[in-house]
Amino acid sequence: MSLLDVRDLTIRTSDGRALVSDLTFSVDRGERLGLIGESGSGKSLTTLATLGLLPDGMTTTGSVELDGTQIVGASEKSLVEVRGRAAAIVFQEPLTALDPLMRVGRQLAEPLRRRRGLKGDALRKAVAEALEQVRLPEPGRIARAFPHEISGGQRQRVALAMALACEPDLLIADEPTTALDVTVQSEMLVLLDTLVGERGMAVLFVSHDLAVVSRVTDRVLVMKDGRAVEDGTVRDLVRAPRQPYTEALVDSARRLESALDLEGPR
Amino acid sequence: MTAVLALDSVGHTYRGSAAPVVADVSLGVEAGHSLALVGESGAGKTTLLRLLLGLARPTTGTVRFDGDPLALGDRAQMRRFRRSVQCVFQDPYASLDPRQRVSRIVAEPLRSLGVATVAEARAKVAEALEQVGLPADAASRYPHEFSGGQRQRIAIARAIVCDPRVLLADEPVSALDVTTRVKVVDLLAELKRERGLTIVMVSHDLSVVAALCEGTAVLERGRVVEQGETRDVLGSPGHPYTRRLLDSVPRLPV
Amino acid sequence: MKRSATLWTGCVLAGLIALVALVSLFWLPYDASDTSGTRLAGPGGSHLLGTDKLGRDLLTQLMTGSRIALAAGLGSVAIAALVGITLGLVAAFAQGWFDDTVSAFLDILIAFPTLLLAMLIVSARSATLTSAIIAIGLAQSAIVARLTRILVKRVLAQDYITASRTSGTSWPRIVGAHVLPNIWPTLAVNLALQFGLAVLAEASLSYLGLGAPPPNASWGRMLQEAQATFTTAPAGALAPGILLVLLVIGVNLVADGLRDTLDPARRRRTTA
Repeated sequence: MSLLDVRDLTIRTSDGRALVSDLTFSVDRGERLGLIGESGSGKSLTTLATLGLLPDGMTTTGSVELDGTQIVGASEKSLVEVRGRAAAIVFQEPLTALDPLMRVGRQLAEPLRRRRGLKGDALRKAVAEALEQVRLPEPGRIARAFPHEISGGQRQRVALAMALACEPDLLIADEPTTALDVTVQSEMLVLLDTLVGERGMAVLFVSHDLAVVSRVTDRVLVMKDGRAVEDGTVRDLVRAPRQPYTEALVDSARRLESALDLEGPR
Repeated sequence: MTAVLALDSVGHTYRGSAAPVVADVSLGVEAGHSLALVGESGAGKTTLLRLLLGLARPTTGTVRFDGDPLALGDRAQMRRFRRSVQCVFQDPYASLDPRQRVSRIVAEPLRSLGVATVAEARAKVAEALEQVGLPADAASRYPHEFSGGQRQRIAIARAIVCDPRVLLADEPVSALDVTTRVKVVDLLAELKRERGLTIVMVSHDLSVVAALCEGTAVLERGRVVEQGETRDVLGSPGHPYTRRLLDSVPRLPV
Repeated sequence: MKRSATLWTGCVLAGLIALVALVSLFWLPYDASDTSGTRLAGPGGSHLLGTDKLGRDLLTQLMTGSRIALAAGLGSVAIAALVGITLGLVAAFAQGWFDDTVSAFLDILIAFPTLLLAMLIVSARSATLTSAIIAIGLAQSAIVARLTRILVKRVLAQDYITASRTSGTSWPRIVGAHVLPNIWPTLAVNLALQFGLAVLAEASLSYLGLGAPPPNASWGRMLQEAQATFTTAPAGALAPGILLVLLVIGVNLVADGLRDTLDPARRRRTTA
């Protein structure tokens, strides 16, 4: 059975407009899937729906099974049970994803305490280890810092550490590097790839950028206006897109990239 | 040739802070030779932009406009400067007043600089909207009725409505989707070609820089580490930081 | 449609009370100081709503009270808006030590009890409705100023302000064209809230003898006076209470309706 099994998922606003329509996909244990789409494609809503985190007023039909638990229509209590354990999420904007008034160490301690039942010195040690795992320098200093006192890249690493501390079977990453600088993004993608690989975690990676997704996942699903357009491996989609929309997406990316193929004087 | 805009060993330190955000930066923007300021957060890009826009005074050094030092208090010079140098911002959701109609937004430079009568202004607004590829009825609508890419076009229309020579662009396409990004880059290239506009662009997106700017200056922690022709700087980078930037750009699998 | 319904309901409620106030200028069922009626008479008979414990006609008192309520609300809010928005703008544009000084001054003004301020003003002038209005208006202007300062700062940080500056627009024009229109909706809602609070504040000042002197009945004082006899003659407390609530709700609905009407994005959404 798949770890995440989404079937005929439809998400509607309170006035009946469908933002996601009849979406079906699945992610097996240890598998990685990229969700590709531009703004308004419904990709972020889909990730929220997998954890039952949709804003009030939106209605969901269809089925989302996460580790055997039906998420659509589930009570908040059973959702709390499955969130973190089955799947954890890293958001795009690390500044708003962390509590600005709580020291980084305390925020990171929370999932560790909940998941592993650690206390006192053991907990402190686990926090330091978790920060080291995401290659943060001076974990002691970072743990004592407030979110605004560290850089955007460091905050995103903290957010990743928090997600990993839950030891989820599925890591959901929603545009996790979009807000970061290019060099930081590059490091973050390598780190994500390594850490997830070591743990054999499944990944649902959401992005608007094909090139970024290709660094983490092989298989992608292209979305447009709430519908699945096409799926396959990144390589196949890039080489031979079957749908016009995918083709436009690939062409745009290619055209921008081609500007960089400069002939410098040797 | 005299540079339209130039920075002479400019440095800037914010009040209450010890270290300068930018130090000893010298740049020249010549007509027809668009320039990119490339760097990551903390490189001082925004500060340089504010200095180039005449929104802040440098702590050390001089900002020059047509060869003369820019005096923020000199009204006549500032008027000439504002007519010649306009700006486009990164976030098209924050750069348009949500309570004004597009016609009023685009006409603002004309009104504030007093360069056109009401009737002339209407014609110029219509012309600018057409140039950026927006329908004529856009003028009577409000910003929220447009997508991000269309909003950026409105912002560009506002920037070109008074026929400036230089367009300062702060990450003009990085908030846009990839397909939209290509179209806005095309539009900017067209404006360069057809209006003889010189673009000064602040960006971390090297592909956009390579597509639009003849010259590139790479900034790291407030200093220029490398500058020259874009094809040289990005084609065969001399500084390790430039090389690292280039290597970090995610590329599609071949 | 929902938007204009809100605005209309508000206008009708507030307008009704304004109409009562207007009528009271020309016609009253009894003289305001007429104490000839039976004390604490119930509704009906020669006194439509009954009388209070001094035998005064309740309807007459309610009608004159509406005048005072409106005057207190409008007067205080006018002062609060004028002084508050000006101070708030100055504070928002202030830099460095001046900013700190203005902010500290506002904080002190907010912390300063309205009651104490009222007593100071009354001792300098006399216990009249005008004194009460000045006291309430000044106290509220500190709150309005602080809100204005935050709202203006938020707007000033937006790119469209920078765009406007680089277009060569002068600061006064930026304030007129961009700042005020963008802070107005939030301010209007707050001023409507302040209106309701001002009416209540005037009521409590009157009770303490710091407001409009008798025989002008304020709704607040009617409430206080009817408190002791609430179980035997509830009309005396219920009537002014209900009117007070209706007025405050009405003004708030007007503010809500205005905010929606003024916001192009909301206007679009409600019609779509």
